[in-house]
Amino acid sequence: MSNLKLQECHIKSIHDICDSYKNDPGDLIKILHSAQTHFGYLPESVQRVIAKRLKISVAKVYGVVTFYSFFTMTPKGRHAISVCMGTACYVRGAEKVVDEFKKQLNIKVGGVTEDGKFSLDSLRCVGACGLAPVVLIGEKVYGRVEPGQVKEILDSYTD
Amino acid sequence: MENIKIKIDNIDVEVAKGTTIYQAAKKVGIDIPVLCYLNLEHLNIESRPGGCRICVVEVEGRRNLAPSCSTECTPGMVINTHNLRVMNARKTVLELILSDHPKECLTCSSSGQCDLQTLSQKMGIREIHAVEHAEMSTYRKDFSPALKRDMDKCIMCRRCETICNEVQTVGALSAVNRGFMAVVAPAFEQDLVDSPCTFCGQCVAVCPTGALTPYDDTQKVLRALADPTKTVIVQTAPAVRAALGEEFGLEPGTLVTGKMVAALRSLGFDKVFDTDFAADLTIMEEGTELLGRISKFLKGDKDVKLPILTSCCPAWVNFFEEYYPCMLDIPSTARSPQQMFGSIAKNYYTQLMGVKREDLVVVSVMPCLAKKYECQREEFITDGNPDVDFSISTRELASLIKSCNMNFDKLPDEDFDNPLGESTGAGVIFGVTGGVIEAAVRTAYEIHTGKKLNKVDFTELRGLEGIRMATIDFDGTPIHIGIAHQLGNARKLLDGIRSGMYNFHAIEIMACPGGCIGGAGQPLHHGDSSIIKARSEAIYREDSQKKLRKSHENPYIIKLYEEFLGHPMSEKAHHLLHTHYFEKDKI
Repeated sequence: MSNLKLQECHIKSIHDICDSYKNDPGDLIKILHSAQTHFGYLPESVQRVIAKRLKISVAKVYGVVTFYSFFTMTPKGRHAISVCMGTACYVRGAEKVVDEFKKQLNIKVGGVTEDGKFSLDSLRCVGACGLAPVVLIGEKVYGRVEPGQVKEILDSYTD
Repeated sequence: MENIKIKIDNIDVEVAKGTTIYQAAKKVGIDIPVLCYLNLEHLNIESRPGGCRICVVEVEGRRNLAPSCSTECTPGMVINTHNLRVMNARKTVLELILSDHPKECLTCSSSGQCDLQTLSQKMGIREIHAVEHAEMSTYRKDFSPALKRDMDKCIMCRRCETICNEVQTVGALSAVNRGFMAVVAPAFEQDLVDSPCTFCGQCVAVCPTGALTPYDDTQKVLRALADPTKTVIVQTAPAVRAALGEEFGLEPGTLVTGKMVAALRSLGFDKVFDTDFAADLTIMEEGTELLGRISKFLKGDKDVKLPILTSCCPAWVNFFEEYYPCMLDIPSTARSPQQMFGSIAKNYYTQLMGVKREDLVVVSVMPCLAKKYECQREEFITDGNPDVDFSISTRELASLIKSCNMNFDKLPDEDFDNPLGESTGAGVIFGVTGGVIEAAVRTAYEIHTGKKLNKVDFTELRGLEGIRMATIDFDGTPIHIGIAHQLGNARKLLDGIRSGMYNFHAIEIMACPGGCIGGAGQPLHHGDSSIIKARSEAIYREDSQKKLRKSHENPYIIKLYEEFLGHPMSEKAHHLLHTHYFEKDKI
């Protein structure tokens, strides 16, 4: 977990997000979704501001953040890699693909490279089983990935 | 109301629409086991998450077993609560819960009080078939000055979460993480002391296992009692005498004041005093403060802070410090009776007895867990020596008495020691919702009007409804009073004041259901709220039996002012009997 010291403009962005959902606690998941898109992750400070704005307990917000695996309290890399470990991808060798990413980037699943360029996660089924094993980088989908292609894929990200 | 006819275990039952299977069964004397279900009828608290599945029953024509606590009856329903399928399912559910529960019943502080243990006995669980030698989930233990969290013993019934969020609206606890990692915890899995927890302890009162338990200082009390260099005195809160007997098998509502005093004396306390004495003292200070503010208001002072809020309840103090930091100047500055007693004991009684402060140990027996926290607040500690050294709960006193081989029921009735043991009926009713304000009214009325009250019972201030309002005629001056118990009701009342909806002169708030009688240190009610009602009646009974029923008539209080304090709100009284509040805002 890492925290973020919020500046005035950050707080304003969070308030704007909450306001766009009329500060309705029923929309907490959508609000967290938007906040994560904005900040890249959901640090403690962001959750506290959301809780206060929606007039709900921060324990409840934290409960939701920790329940859904989509939400993260760790900052992601500029390019977030997600390897599908759903049944189809798994039987077609997703684990070997993950191992190769781990080796190439020298990080664990859930980790971020020191330069903040890549982060690595696994997820369960993106609904593209026909393309198994599937890797997502940002919003780009790579299908039928073999361990041998991993280095090449990584090298294509130059920024 | 539309009625529905159903059949449970071959018994015809007619119930109102919306009744659950569990409630319908209960109506005809069938006690379906429950764990996560919580219903405090007299207090309008019901929680039925349907999570534990212990209460499953078979409904004819339905494929799956139904959780009876959260399934409503439908016309013609035929229900079987104990056939083999149901029994096996229940047993499997319980074994699965037990498979991830520590087997430390012999040493667990909740042993004998634990719903899970009782259920295992009732269902005849002799072995746990589910995956032997499998790994169990573990979680760090969290110790606060008032309560302990041992989440390894948590069964995720989430009663604590309901109480904390919906009833008390404190919002300290929530279920976090998922699967084996799931646990009920404060935000960011902080310790309770860093969370908005008020230490009301109501989560402990409803926890069916030993996951949430009080922090227990009994051993330290025993050590002090055994130390020949120490003078050890004890004070007992009003609510304790109305509930302690339950721990010894007596009917709820049995008053055991005399036996309690005898037991404490036999335990070796040098003096057995009464917090009720300090309650009378609280009325002198708080009542004078109330009258001061009201008479300023009546003279047209627009800056005077009204309503005045009572400040006896430490969980309530924690609550407003956390959630109403902009209203810190409204509550009475009077310390709670526990702390007034401690202060008088360490500053006055020490002089009287010629004992050094550090050689006097003050123990309190309280129905409350927040008192354990309160006595450790910095404001109440002088040079490292607290005014109240240790606070133990009613349940802890009961187990101490049991461990010392006393036959409680056979003890003689004894009287409190003087001077700090004499109290009036006004001090007694501090233990029940509405009692503090009734006690204040008895004194404030007579001081304000200069007339004697013909009738000291203000029944309009009594009752168990969560929020109550009444107007008392102070000889032509109407005094508007608000009363709330449970912090969720307190929040409603405070928000109403803030928005200008209500206009009160004085408000009494107690954090626990029914007031201190429903405190988390009291014998566990296991969901039976009629017990709280019986305790309330006992308190009023004790009050009505007292010769003196108005705080300002307590001869030892009069003497204390003459000899030591001067007059209520004097500089000395301010220094010793009043406090100030701090903004917390940890949220």
